[in-house]
Amino acid sequence: MKVSYYPGCTLKTKARNFETSALAVAEKLGIELIELSRWNCCGTVFSLTDDDLIHHVAPIRNLIRVQEMNKNGLVENDHRLVTLCSMCYNTLKRANIRVKEKPDDLKKINDFMYLEEDYKGNVEVIHFLELIKDIGFEKIKENVTNPFKGLKIAPYYGCMLLRPKEVGIDDPEEPVIQEELIFALGAEVIDNPYKKVCCGSYQTIRDKQVVSNLAYDILTHAQNAGAEAISLSCPLCAFNLDSRQKEIKEKHSDFTRIPVFYFTQLMAIGFGLNEDYYGFDLNYVNPEPLLKEKNLIGRNNAK
Amino acid sequence: MPNKEETSSDKKLDSKEIMDRIAEASRQVVSGVEDEEVENWVTIYIMGRAYEVPADLTILTAMEYAGYKFVRGVGCRQGFCGACSTVYRKKGEYKLQTGMACQTRVEDEMYLVQIPFVPAEKPSYDLTEHEYDVNVLFEYYPELARCVSCNTCTKACPQDLEVMDYVQAAIKGDFKGLAEESFDCIQCGLCAIRCPSEIVQYNIAQLGRRLYGRYDSPEPEHLKKRLEEIEEGKFDKEMKEITKLSREELERMYAERKREED
Repeated sequence: MKVSYYPGCTLKTKARNFETSALAVAEKLGIELIELSRWNCCGTVFSLTDDDLIHHVAPIRNLIRVQEMNKNGLVENDHRLVTLCSMCYNTLKRANIRVKEKPDDLKKINDFMYLEEDYKGNVEVIHFLELIKDIGFEKIKENVTNPFKGLKIAPYYGCMLLRPKEVGIDDPEEPVIQEELIFALGAEVIDNPYKKVCCGSYQTIRDKQVVSNLAYDILTHAQNAGAEAISLSCPLCAFNLDSRQKEIKEKHSDFTRIPVFYFTQLMAIGFGLNEDYYGFDLNYVNPEPLLKEKNLIGRNNAK
Repeated sequence: MPNKEETSSDKKLDSKEIMDRIAEASRQVVSGVEDEEVENWVTIYIMGRAYEVPADLTILTAMEYAGYKFVRGVGCRQGFCGACSTVYRKKGEYKLQTGMACQTRVEDEMYLVQIPFVPAEKPSYDLTEHEYDVNVLFEYYPELARCVSCNTCTKACPQDLEVMDYVQAAIKGDFKGLAEESFDCIQCGLCAIRCPSEIVQYNIAQLGRRLYGRYDSPEPEHLKKRLEEIEEGKFDKEMKEITKLSREELERMYAERKREED
């Protein structure tokens, strides 16, 4: 199955491990994620201002690329666009909904982008987790050759996968999609009431302390419930929950570091894929000691 | 205005006539041509004031014909140096157009002004002090992150580069894409003055190309060899002689030079 795929800037820089692991597990599942041949920044933040159409130009331009992928035969009559980064997912999806609901806005945006073909409003923005759910968690189970055997993992959603409700990939209050995935990989799911609490997002640039305080609450609640690792899907959440453990440790000497994984890294481990796809060099807290202790890596892994 | 018979499309031209017409159109008319020899005239407005100028001039030569003398804002006159950035609008059109004054022909009812200089941010940096990383671009040009993908830069580019695409390549840390897409940039600055996000595209691209050149492209063997030869003093004697020559002698040498084999 070939599907158009939008990586986003961070997956090409600070979160390359998210992309390499995702492409590898997708291939294992028989999904070919075809990167858009030309793409630009998703727009990063969905503009809520009523007449601020210029900030919707970037996401809509990317949706036009999906039309082009179909026209050029790179995908076959498939207008889905798969995203990995939660922030890109949120921005692209909300912009898509906005122009579908407001044809006048779409006309203005199309007129402004007169060098492009018109966006016809027929693209569906989805998150990779939704694609996995469509394939079925049974299929995931079938591909597990290196089961987690009860490793305790707490899923973290943050904001962008769930809110606002109309773009959420799951119930905004009681999401279970990551739980089902983690369960299918043979791990134990640890529930954490802080799994939907904001990580502090871009405040991380302005005020590290605000973010490390939030991260401390999120991580320690998971740890108190028994979690040995965190699973998530957003490079910014990953930065705040993973790299900011440095600041947490400086403030709370009794804090124990906890590895933070992209869900696709967990899948790559569970599928027993080549360790080159894990990309742990970009993780701040090195997950290898934990994985070795559980005998999940360092074995003779087949591809 | 030319009469109708001459421009009638049903009249077949042979190739010599076509070439003659091209030669006629390309003829330098600023000097050595009397006004009565000029067949076609247009009206242009330079900073709002009307001038009648020969129709086959470029914006640059038309402004000189009108009496302007360029000290800044002009350079090679061949479309390579990027010094004569220009903006103009044609009467009745809402679009502001951009181009190089030496490469754009005047049209009737053009409103013209030259951009002699683009005040753009250009920090100094030492390549050896930086890692080969996208963060270097953001460190010197944080406004890069403000790109809204409006594509205005691309529309402004007189070199027809995909400027927005190379800006996006920069954001993604794709140095190869940035270097290759921006390679033909002439640094005229028109992208930067049109950008609503105040990005200095051409200077960012230059930093990107420098980093790519230093860290990610193979060192050319012939350059290495030539540098060694220079350091060994292979050309010192020749250089000393050449600097003593008169202008006439230099011109003769240039005209008679032999091109080295590739």
